[in-house]
Amino acid sequence: MIRRRVAALVGARSPGRPGQKAEGRRVAVRRGVAQRTGLLRGGLPGLALALGLAGTAGAWEEPRSGYEFLPPEVQQMQDDEFANPGMFAVEEGQAAFNEPGFNGKSCASCHGADGEKLDPQAIARYPIYDAEKDAPRTLQQQVNRCREYQLEELPLPYDDRRLVLLETFVRYKARGAEVNVDIDGPLRPFYEAGRELYRTRIGQLQMACTHCHDQYTGANLRDQVLNQGQVNGFPAYRLMANRISSVQRKFRDCFVTLRARPYAPGSEAFINLELYTTARGNGLPIETPGIRR
Amino acid sequence: MAREYPWRNRVRCAGPAALLLLLATGGPVGAADYVEWQAEGLAIPQPLGGLDGDPERGRELAIARDKGNCLACHQMPVPEQSDHGTIGPPLYGIADRLNEGQLRLRVVDEKRVNPETIMPGFYRHPRHFNRPLPGTDHTILTAQEVEDVVAYLMTLKGAQ
Repeated sequence: MIRRRVAALVGARSPGRPGQKAEGRRVAVRRGVAQRTGLLRGGLPGLALALGLAGTAGAWEEPRSGYEFLPPEVQQMQDDEFANPGMFAVEEGQAAFNEPGFNGKSCASCHGADGEKLDPQAIARYPIYDAEKDAPRTLQQQVNRCREYQLEELPLPYDDRRLVLLETFVRYKARGAEVNVDIDGPLRPFYEAGRELYRTRIGQLQMACTHCHDQYTGANLRDQVLNQGQVNGFPAYRLMANRISSVQRKFRDCFVTLRARPYAPGSEAFINLELYTTARGNGLPIETPGIRR
Repeated sequence: MAREYPWRNRVRCAGPAALLLLLATGGPVGAADYVEWQAEGLAIPQPLGGLDGDPERGRELAIARDKGNCLACHQMPVPEQSDHGTIGPPLYGIADRLNEGQLRLRVVDEKRVNPETIMPGFYRHPRHFNRPLPGTDHTILTAQEVEDVVAYLMTLKGAQ
């Protein structure tokens, strides 16, 4: 009953707002073709169909936050910090931020009790390139690293609840900062690997992320509206799960929906996918804690 | 792929018993009891396994979320259900536009018609699945269920 009501809430459509440019050159080229042939001026179903036949190029031109696909009631819930259930995770995250580690230091020792010494612009650049490992480093991995090196704590497993809470608090402190992942440097091959996975069919349902989130953005999948799969609201409070959820937890749930065996949290595949999904939303404001389905 | 799940070997050791059980219950179709089919152009003229479809059962399967779930993407003459998807083309009058063999191929494996399609192949051979969740490396519908859905689609003629 409650699930149905939530589904109805989240399923309704809301008007959009212009976003900003992202995505690679290949898509831009295809977009040019679409514009010349007037496809972008056609109705969404026509456009989606045409692109579906032409290839798995992005059907959208500018990134739009999942927020824009929420009904107004849920948007208001997200905007109002007293109503947003994700704020409980922020508060718990702040408590963990101030909790002393093995050597008596806490995150707050360097970054301030309220995280006031964190740099929102730096947070918005994650995932960054880790030269030591020649791999992307997600914000959650950075938090774990801080705990290990500064607090002399044992590292936590990826997507451990405490890490997700800390990540939620830290990203909340960067709310409004524009996502700004540098994919023109050494992260490029990892970004491309993530894009490859995004476009690979998985599971018994034989679909890829791109089918729903590029080809059919805005269309109805039974009672829900498909969004662009942007992650600028994550960690987000998810209404169908009734809890705060990291990006990779959302990947896991999408895999299971497609009846596919998920990769492990923190695996190379999911890190690359997090890098790709974050970077394709470059320019969107960080909304943590967003509210999503 | 099967080697990753030891329990499946146990199922396989049970061999004949498991097969009999599957046949008796009409359960999921694994690789062993997959009914091969022949496409002619963009159609499968012959019913899978020579089975007869039941249109009423087919209508139920088209609505069921864990079976056909056609409503997830298609608008259909199913007024008792409120949420119809808008991803695929509406299926009103589909039997006026496509014949039985063409409909069968689209249900079995739409990727034969459009390689980029979002539509799952409901009777695509499980060997083509990439990372299926344990317990799902069987066709989405059984051969009988495919025939039921095709029989139902063949009733969608004219204005409804």
